[in-house]
Amino acid sequence: MISGAEIMVKCLEAEGVKVVFGYPGAAICPFYDKIYDSSIKHVLVRQEQNAAHAASGYARCSGRPGVCVATSGPGATNLITGIATAYTDSIPLIAITGQVRSDLLGRDVFQEADITGACEPFVKHSYLVKKTGNLPRVFKEAFHIASTGRQGPVLIDIPIDIQTNCIDEFVYPDKVNIIGYKPNTKGHAVQVKRALEAIKNSKQPVIVAGGGVLSSGVKLKLQDFAFKTKIPVISTMMGIGVMPSEHEMYLGMLGTYGKQVANKALHDADLVIVCGARLGDRAVAAPDQMSENTTVIHIDIDPAEIGKNVKTEIPIVGDMRNVMDMLLEGIGDYTVSDEWYNTVKNWKKDLYMTPPTFDGYVEPRTLVSHLSAMFHSKAILVADVGQNQIWCANNFRIREGRFLTTGGMGTMGYSIPAAIGAKFARPTRDVIVICGDGSFQMSLNELATIAANKLNIKIIIMRNSRLGMVRELQDKNYNGRHSATVLEGDPDFLEIAKAYGIDCAQASSNEEAENIIKNIVDSDKPFILQCNVYPDTPSI
Amino acid sequence: MQYTLSILVENQAGVLSKISGLFSRRGFNIDSLAVGITNDPNVSRITIVANGDEYVVEQLEKQLNKLIPVIKVKRLKDDEFISRELILIKVHCTASKRAEIIKTAEIMQAKIVDVAQSCVTIEYCECANRVNTLIDLLKPYGIREIVRTGTVAIDRGTATVSV
Repeated sequence: MISGAEIMVKCLEAEGVKVVFGYPGAAICPFYDKIYDSSIKHVLVRQEQNAAHAASGYARCSGRPGVCVATSGPGATNLITGIATAYTDSIPLIAITGQVRSDLLGRDVFQEADITGACEPFVKHSYLVKKTGNLPRVFKEAFHIASTGRQGPVLIDIPIDIQTNCIDEFVYPDKVNIIGYKPNTKGHAVQVKRALEAIKNSKQPVIVAGGGVLSSGVKLKLQDFAFKTKIPVISTMMGIGVMPSEHEMYLGMLGTYGKQVANKALHDADLVIVCGARLGDRAVAAPDQMSENTTVIHIDIDPAEIGKNVKTEIPIVGDMRNVMDMLLEGIGDYTVSDEWYNTVKNWKKDLYMTPPTFDGYVEPRTLVSHLSAMFHSKAILVADVGQNQIWCANNFRIREGRFLTTGGMGTMGYSIPAAIGAKFARPTRDVIVICGDGSFQMSLNELATIAANKLNIKIIIMRNSRLGMVRELQDKNYNGRHSATVLEGDPDFLEIAKAYGIDCAQASSNEEAENIIKNIVDSDKPFILQCNVYPDTPSI
Repeated sequence: MQYTLSILVENQAGVLSKISGLFSRRGFNIDSLAVGITNDPNVSRITIVANGDEYVVEQLEKQLNKLIPVIKVKRLKDDEFISRELILIKVHCTASKRAEIIKTAEIMQAKIVDVAQSCVTIEYCECANRVNTLIDLLKPYGIREIVRTGTVAIDRGTATVSV
């Protein structure tokens, strides 16, 4: 006989799960009792939302679904923001929640919440398991759904009696058969042919690369394609890292907070090849950003994204892996005209400018642009949300590493827990967090998780004692009335770091900051660097 | 533009809320919704009549297809399907008006299914337009109550919506 809780652990083992992030409670206790003896590492976070963010960071760096666990009721509802973040950012996640006894469901007993109902808009799929015997099938399906097609979170809600009930034996299914879920992975040959013709006939093509390029692992193929054809590449926020920042055909991030040259390229292009991007409102704010005569090729695994935000002439529904192969094979020796190539090369010169500095403060954009060179080439930079996100997106000179942030949902407090997940997935890589003083305080409780697990994460807090991005909006649109955007009463962050036993320092100039960073790059301990930033430093 | 969708779904708990939730969340309006089991007990068929332009319908079809329990979504072509809804109408009816009301029902091929002192109940199964016509005809007598199902629809000829 085997209990539901043991089955849950065995299912995770069968899926090759090495780490789960979670927070226990009464309704998930049977599972915690069994994972205690297993080979799976459980990382105790300090709040459930961060378990989901950590699982997201883990998923993005490992290429496998991240797993987070919480108890029923408030534990489960605390997960929601993390689940919703993963949904908007298309990150594969398995969220496991305990639930009250199945015969008490709907009776409003202690710590009961209808979590499958509450998460409905934010999950790719969800299960409320009513029979212990269904657990293996449910887990198999959940991992399959989360990690295939357009990736996303899947919730499994398991009442406590389902965890304690026993069945005769555990058999993990080899295959899934979900009649309504058969994602189309192969690009339609006719559409690919049309796309190739359009590319060959174009004068000023541009590639817009999104997060789908990274999640499908075709970064190098896309680089090949761009290298061969000399088509310039711009990226969405989720797509940062598809090309090394210094590549001559890479023009940075597009959009409201993006690079002027990237938007210029998009505007002047006669053909736009959108790869794994949904082109949300921050990426393409106004329809006139693209000229009327622009032909759009949109490649995406999710048919619902094609034509949703931007009018598309050539839709290609499919996995970037297959479609990129087909494009590489069919493109022949096409290259863009010398004229376009030279124009782009000229623009590239304007990609980075040196912002003015203020005495007694760190200039964050300059610091970020120097950061990459100070760390190893495969460093993972995790940016939070706010001005710090824009500073990082536009100035981090990515080489072979990753840039993680929540571009879609924009959840403050993402960076520290996501970095924890990233570090568990890639223990040998440099993991750097950049956050503001606002976002730092949304998840500073996770310093305990960092300390407990001795995680070598370097945290850089850009401290301006303001909620800078909102403040900027207030300056622009609300007559400079700074309603609730001044952070008063903040503690001394260095004392906080010390209280957690984490080494720390502060800097008030770029030189000082860079000297501190150079000294800590090779240490294997976590570090917190507070950079004092001039309050009126703009985002761009 | 009004359109009719036939949706085959896996017959499991929560499917209907997933679908109706999708409509409200994405700002699509439903005119009517009907659901029932098909010849395969594991599969239910939902018929939705809704309003929107081409962009809205296309988005709707795609978003519906993304729901895991949704097996198939088909937009029925105008004039190439038969649609019906069932309505029960309780009409105020004095002795002097009874003959008139019965005559109206007869002309419309509706059935009188219950008669009481001061009212009659009429059953009618037709397309939405005809149902509306009957309601209009009966309005002057005083309608006491209406119960109306959502539209169900099926392709004309040999075409089917199947798994």
